[in-house]
Amino acid sequence: MKQKYLPLTATIFIFVLSYALCAAQYPNILSTRVIGNLLTDNAFLGIAAVGMTFVILSGGIDLSIGSVIAFTGVFLAVVLEHTSMHPLVAFALVLMITTLFGALMGAIIHYLEMPAFIVTLAGMFLARGMAFVLSIDSIPIKHPFYATLKGLYYKLPGGGRITLIGGLMLLVFAIGILLAHRTRFGTNVYALGGGTATAKLMGVPVASTTVSIYALSGLLAGLSGIVFSLYTSAGYSLAAVGVELDAITAVVIGGTLLTGGSGFVAGTLVGIFIQGLIQTYITFDGSLSSWWTKILIGALLFAFILLQKGIIHLSRDNRKRA
Amino acid sequence: MTTIVRTYLARLLPQLIALAAVLAAISMTFSGFLNLEIQNGRLYGSLIDILNRGAPVVLLAIGMTVVIATKGIDLSVGAVMAICGAVAASFITSGHSLAETLLVTLAVGILCGIWNGILVAILDIQPIIATLVLMVAGRGIAQLITEGAILTFNEPGLIFIGSGSFAGLPMPVIVWLVFGILVALLVRRTALGMLIEAIGVNRQASTLSGVFTPVLLVAAYVLSGLCAAIAGIIAAADIRGADANNAGLWLELDAILAVVVGGTSLLGGRFSIAASVFGAIIIQAINTGILLSGFPPEFNLIIKAAIIVFILVLQSPRFRTAFAFLTIPGRAAKPTEREAK
Repeated sequence: MKQKYLPLTATIFIFVLSYALCAAQYPNILSTRVIGNLLTDNAFLGIAAVGMTFVILSGGIDLSIGSVIAFTGVFLAVVLEHTSMHPLVAFALVLMITTLFGALMGAIIHYLEMPAFIVTLAGMFLARGMAFVLSIDSIPIKHPFYATLKGLYYKLPGGGRITLIGGLMLLVFAIGILLAHRTRFGTNVYALGGGTATAKLMGVPVASTTVSIYALSGLLAGLSGIVFSLYTSAGYSLAAVGVELDAITAVVIGGTLLTGGSGFVAGTLVGIFIQGLIQTYITFDGSLSSWWTKILIGALLFAFILLQKGIIHLSRDNRKRA
Repeated sequence: MTTIVRTYLARLLPQLIALAAVLAAISMTFSGFLNLEIQNGRLYGSLIDILNRGAPVVLLAIGMTVVIATKGIDLSVGAVMAICGAVAASFITSGHSLAETLLVTLAVGILCGIWNGILVAILDIQPIIATLVLMVAGRGIAQLITEGAILTFNEPGLIFIGSGSFAGLPMPVIVWLVFGILVALLVRRTALGMLIEAIGVNRQASTLSGVFTPVLLVAAYVLSGLCAAIAGIIAAADIRGADANNAGLWLELDAILAVVVGGTSLLGGRFSIAASVFGAIIIQAINTGILLSGFPPEFNLIIKAAIIVFILVLQSPRFRTAFAFLTIPGRAAKPTEREAK
């Protein structure tokens, strides 16, 4: 087997194994209802994590997505409350804002040659601050169109539902996989992750690729914010704190190398499922406290980092021998 | 001797000017801001309040400076603060003496630092990711220790650290002053500081030239863990309880911001602990100023973002080249940080 598939295989293996263990204890976990809820509950995180996968594949990081999600939610709530704008127009407007916001961060990272970490940290403060300025209260969204959207679902046999937002997440993952592996942009992202200098020498348009990557992350964070506002039917400036960490964790558990250049968008989906499964198991069990989620995810994160280190070590040895 | 003083002043000048500007701006909108008065043998006033409230960030910034100088970063300090606060509270409530509690808490902080250090130095994991593990899991561990509740305590000795006063100054201020001076002396009166800078500039080259990098790297993260432990004790003593959810939440970002405001480059290399301390105080002064001057506190984050962007532009290599012609010719001959790399 090719070495680059090893982290992804390990992730899928762990997911299947843990799912089987959970199912052995609680057979109900196999029901389509649980699976449908798994999709719906993690939809916003999944969509944001697709953007994060591209950023990490290119060797960067985006700390701003949690704040962008909160900003999107508050923006939608405020706009829908104070104007008669149709939600679809508001969606388009907010997606434009977040995409431009991401592009701006990408431009600063590239043209000022500053670490992505600190630039997106500033973006995180700015987006959260803008959300605070718009409103510090939790504003309910009562627009009838929201009720219509929430009523849309595809019924699975067994009573499970794939809701609009759950389906949207799967669609975003499908598009993300195509974008990463079947387009020139995707190839450029991988090349950038392998090293900026080499990418430049190979003729990769570094500037436009960097800007597009962060614009894509901003766009998907905005979309994730829309999904989050559909999920909670409210906009709150303190919502979605720390989502960027959950997204990074999902990407790493999904087998993407944090140094960039190697990984799969599909792995991130499995990473999201593993996180969702841990939460579902804790809900089923009832006696375990919710903080075990954090400890388990931390432990998984550590295990996967070690696995990646081992693989890099092995491949270096192989190269030396060859 | 005067040249040493002058170089120190030149290094700290931007921070001092910024601090003076912030304080002047606040005192213009809020009269009586600079007033100090002595009551019951203790200084009171907004300035003292800034020094006192800023204590956790100042302490974290001291450790963070050394870690960033090695071209690393420590995201776990907030979570370590929560763990140490929880450990301190649970030890003191289960009947241990104050000395035992403090020793165990500091040991736990050091242990967290060793964990981070081993991941970075021995397993060679990127610092952001290595410390992310403890950042994610740390709060869970802290909640495990407090069993999900806010552990309160009434031990007067421990409370004294958070709200007592000594020689007219609040205890937290004394703690960070003494600790900061000790660390600064340790790194500047010995070769340690220079070796740390060498690792930050080029880890491979310093290993090859005989610097024992793994030990120094672990030591940097241990210092950061120790700082987080002290900050955690102060934060817990201040509210007389350990809050696993909120103790030190997002303070790692404030600490990083303080280091950046202090002018230490995130790309590693030269560092100044005094400048980072001033950076932390500038941030706290802005926070207090926004509260006092009646601005809604929501603007706090936007102002922080604006400060980061401004400093980023100043530190940017491109900006420096573009504006190189503005610098005084005599000073241009002096090797700058960038050229030294």
